[in-house]
Amino acid sequence: MNLKELYQEIILEHGKNPRNLTKIDNFNKDAKGNNPLCGDNVHVYLKLNEDKKVEDISFEGSGCAISMASASIMTDLVKGRSENEVKEIINDFLGMIKENPELSSKNLKDDERTKLMCLSGVKQYPMRVKCATLSWHTLVSAFDNKKEEVKTEN
Amino acid sequence: MNISEIKKQFPIFDHKVQNNDLVYLDSANSSQKPRVVIDRINEFYSKQFSNVGRSVHYLAVAATNLYENTRTSVQKYINARDKNEIVFTKGATEALNLVANTLGQKYLNEGDEVLITELEHHSNYVPWHFLRKSKNIKINFAEINEDGDIPIENIESKITPKTKVISITHLSNVTGAILPIKEICQLAHSKGIIVVVDGCQGAPHLKLDMQDLDCDFYAISCHKMYGPTGLGVLYGKKKWLEELPPYQGGGGMIKEVKKDSISYGDLPNKYEAGTMATAQVIAFDQSIKFLEAVGIENIIKHEKELVEYGQEILRKNNSVKLIGNPKEKGGVLSFTIEGVHPHDIATILDEDGVAIRAGHHCCQVLHDKLGIPASARASFGIYNTKDDLDQLNESINNCKKIFDLK
Repeated sequence: MNLKELYQEIILEHGKNPRNLTKIDNFNKDAKGNNPLCGDNVHVYLKLNEDKKVEDISFEGSGCAISMASASIMTDLVKGRSENEVKEIINDFLGMIKENPELSSKNLKDDERTKLMCLSGVKQYPMRVKCATLSWHTLVSAFDNKKEEVKTEN
Repeated sequence: MNISEIKKQFPIFDHKVQNNDLVYLDSANSSQKPRVVIDRINEFYSKQFSNVGRSVHYLAVAATNLYENTRTSVQKYINARDKNEIVFTKGATEALNLVANTLGQKYLNEGDEVLITELEHHSNYVPWHFLRKSKNIKINFAEINEDGDIPIENIESKITPKTKVISITHLSNVTGAILPIKEICQLAHSKGIIVVVDGCQGAPHLKLDMQDLDCDFYAISCHKMYGPTGLGVLYGKKKWLEELPPYQGGGGMIKEVKKDSISYGDLPNKYEAGTMATAQVIAFDQSIKFLEAVGIENIIKHEKELVEYGQEILRKNNSVKLIGNPKEKGGVLSFTIEGVHPHDIATILDEDGVAIRAGHHCCQVLHDKLGIPASARASFGIYNTKDDLDQLNESINNCKKIFDLK
């Protein structure tokens, strides 16, 4: 997928109308992330239930279309999944954005895989990779309840 | 002046970039290189290479002479009084670090104040911050007005009896504001204050006359002046360069080295430790010759026309907001588009072969003041034309279409 198609398809759909862009009540974990270089920032709110399942998730933030779309797609994708499953998907996604040609997670449905692969267009643009990965790193941080802000530099 | 003839001297424009003709609007970041500069590097390495200032064989002597020729060319180009007032550095960043560091060693003490402006590039802020940490000096910021300009009153009002140094940009890389350096120097010197000028944007686009400006230091980035990367020039008044301590130690900068004592070399060697960017220095002579052949008056006139034309068409473009409307403006057009992040703008424009910069342009203090995380910036060189600006405008319109903006 070239970048123009990338923008025109999902990025814009999600970038312009991000899903889960709100602050949920009763979240029990949260973390902040920031791209100092671009000024993208994101705050992920997570409600993890007793069975370690993501009962609800949302984010607040501002930034470029890629960072907003990525956060939107991510929050849609992890809702209802177990912490372990989500962490496996995060690793798979970050691996794909960094170096792997494909996603290998068995936990992803076909349409979910397609959506995530749309973000692979940023791979050719190392400067934009961090836009796509910011919310994902921040989600990891939220699971671990880390207090310090995530800063992505690559 | 025939711009298309000048543009032909830049080989980069002979090639397509991702199947597009290159519309290069990122010269404030770094300029493209004319063929004479590229060829000179090749020629030097191919036929004339040797290290300078060390050996006595033929090539070494010839290379040393070539290296020193550039120093003389730079001296003449910027009208410095003395050849030894020209120090080569690895860039303007190193030049500014050299000044801050050595003034810090010898001249600045706890509680002393350095006055910079909100327009400054990080390279004219962070080196002073080091002294804030190590020597407890204070940094004050002269504020921009609503036009992104720094009138001299805004500098004067921040001068206190403790101000020892004013360190300011000649031309803002974001708002394009040209600062009245000569007047600032007169004001500063009347109060015994040293003036350091970050000339990164000034040097490629303005007439340089060190004796007329009368600043104490002036930092130049050669790669923004149609020259090679890895090279900068520090102009410093001889009295300062003689009085201040060396910046880096090593070969070439010493006179005599004993187990218990070391004496330092004379100017300019004192500040040129180690093997310098020899090929770059020698090729930079061609950049100076290129600038002289085009003529700085022509460059100024051409870039002024481009800025005026660019402002005119972008002002008519809805949802484009230009940043800064200073009285005297250099070849820089920074802007935002309501609802589109600058990085998205730059990425979409890139698809059309339009190369601009997006981000904070190493000016976070300024962007904080403007209340925006980033901006998009089109900046000009001698090879740009009004067609480039029309293409910029058209690509901005494509970008707006993608984002459903009117």
